[in-house]
Amino acid sequence: MPETRYIKAVNQALADAMEADPTVFLIGEDIGAAGGSFKATRNLLEKFGPERVYDSPISEAAITGMAVGAALTGMRPVVEIMFMDFTTLSMDMLVNQAAKARSMFGGQGSVPMVLRTPHGGGLNAGPQHSQCLEAWFAHVPGLRVVCPSNPADAYGLLRAAIDDPDPVIVVENKALYAMKGDLPDAPEDRERIEIGKGRIVRPGRDATVVSYGAAVAMAETAAETMAEEGIEVEVIDLRSIQPWDESLVLESLTRTHNLVVAHEAVEAFGVGAEIVARMADIGFDQLDGPILRVGAPFAPSPFGKTLEDAYRPDANQIVAALRRTLA
Amino acid sequence: MKLDELARLHRQMLVIRRAEERLQKLFADGLVPGFLHLSIGQEAVPVGVSEALTDCDTVSSNHRGHGHTLAKGVDLKGFFAEILGKATGLCKGRGGSMHVADLSKGMLGANGIVGAGLPITTGSALALKMQGQGAVAVVYFGDGALAEGVLHECLNIAALWKLPILFVCENNGWSEFSPTERQLATSLDKLAKAFGIKYSAVDGNVVADVATTSARLVKAMRKNAAPAVLECSTTRVRGHFEGDRQDYRDGDEIAALSERDPIRLSATAMAQAGGTPEMLAEIADAVDAEIEAATQAALEAPLPSSADILTDVYTSVAG
Repeated sequence: MPETRYIKAVNQALADAMEADPTVFLIGEDIGAAGGSFKATRNLLEKFGPERVYDSPISEAAITGMAVGAALTGMRPVVEIMFMDFTTLSMDMLVNQAAKARSMFGGQGSVPMVLRTPHGGGLNAGPQHSQCLEAWFAHVPGLRVVCPSNPADAYGLLRAAIDDPDPVIVVENKALYAMKGDLPDAPEDRERIEIGKGRIVRPGRDATVVSYGAAVAMAETAAETMAEEGIEVEVIDLRSIQPWDESLVLESLTRTHNLVVAHEAVEAFGVGAEIVARMADIGFDQLDGPILRVGAPFAPSPFGKTLEDAYRPDANQIVAALRRTLA
Repeated sequence: MKLDELARLHRQMLVIRRAEERLQKLFADGLVPGFLHLSIGQEAVPVGVSEALTDCDTVSSNHRGHGHTLAKGVDLKGFFAEILGKATGLCKGRGGSMHVADLSKGMLGANGIVGAGLPITTGSALALKMQGQGAVAVVYFGDGALAEGVLHECLNIAALWKLPILFVCENNGWSEFSPTERQLATSLDKLAKAFGIKYSAVDGNVVADVATTSARLVKAMRKNAAPAVLECSTTRVRGHFEGDRQDYRDGDEIAALSERDPIRLSATAMAQAGGTPEMLAEIADAVDAEIEAATQAALEAPLPSSADILTDVYTSVAG
């Protein structure tokens, strides 16, 4: 199986979806001849033409709203918002329009649009180009949110998102764009990944770490460290944040009895808080220790290297949380 | 315009007028949940514009959207039931006055956010252009929306990509509770010119003028996709919403609006074309009966079940 970079897997998913369905089209800033800021749409203009790949003005609100309108008119638009920080400009269209159309119109139709956007730090990009804002979107009924942690998932979740009849926010991690992984050569072998299902990345009996996106690799490193001491940590990749795989996490907790939730986003009021609250409710009888969260401190993301390194969660913090809950 | 055409337009305007007057009463009686923004005095705009449209064309609207919705041909009973929050409503009683939609008629929804219909309709126009059937998209917005940033984004993109969209501005001079002259440093004709978009202005209270100009603009757009702006000067008789006492407005100004009442103007135009008082009375009686039937059906219809709160949030349940 050939090795593919994360960004190339995104590109492949877009190309395959456009090949399979003529109603799929792309809209975003610099996605045409330039191939996108991170090259997710490289060569797609050449392949599908300007009637399928719309290189837009710098108008995030308009292009997101246009996706809503096109989706209500029978198309399957895929919007690229260059940095997740810029989705602040798309908020009315996502929160008040895309998310609500199906429910407030009494189920007459749906909004089959996808919004792809990269979150996360590690590029010294500073406070307006590094944020992880997925919890905002997960809080809005009507939106789905996924966050792939590797190239195969980046392909599979994006294909599933484009097929989905409802609006899906696909959160990519820009520090993972260069990550290599396997993706089958034959188009028919490339698989979609069901939205809402997580995956056990590494089985273990002593504690569970729930993570997504870039935190999955950190959790795996933490598990290796703990394994050296004979502690077997189970690592779960949620893959999908809204909805998240509650039964998989609960099932793991019933075996390990200890739980840590790790994400790159700010810890307070985040995705982890929701998972902790649910497990403290439905998993209460299973707990042998406190459920702990690992996330970024409650401060804007700094741009300088030393500060950003200190700001971003890492495997050591997951190890420390595991030791605390197991103590 | 011939008498039968004038009569048809007059009837459609009267349906909107009587429907809103009935809603006004129902609201006063506490039978309409939520907010109610009436378009009394503005009926000629959507009726005139819709003359040029078919079910394949899309429209989207704003908070003052009853006229836009009814003129697009949605079912009157479903409309009344929706505004009264009943299960038999067009949106099963989940949208209400500010969110009425009928996708089967190309009515993509009223909207509670000022200016939000603009990008949605621009995207619909892009989809219609891609589908290549000559359909067009129409967005209704008020002069208050001229200050919203998305208007400028959408005028730019529509012009740049030659999208078949008709921007219909209903200029009633009021941005909610404030006169627009104190809200806007420019005017729509200048904005249209800045983006190289064809601009037309009509008296939005003369339905035949709105219809004739819209027909011309839409016909051109179907042949060669390109945006156009149609500014309709019109009159908001009621407050921003029902319950607004309008004490920020001069009483004489409101009283003078009856001179420009689109229905009165249309009745005069019919008389000049040979219409008789009997003909007008016949139309009014038929409309009243229709409104009464829709009102009664809505009043008797069941409320939505609280067991359905989670229904239709998503198309399917994932996870």
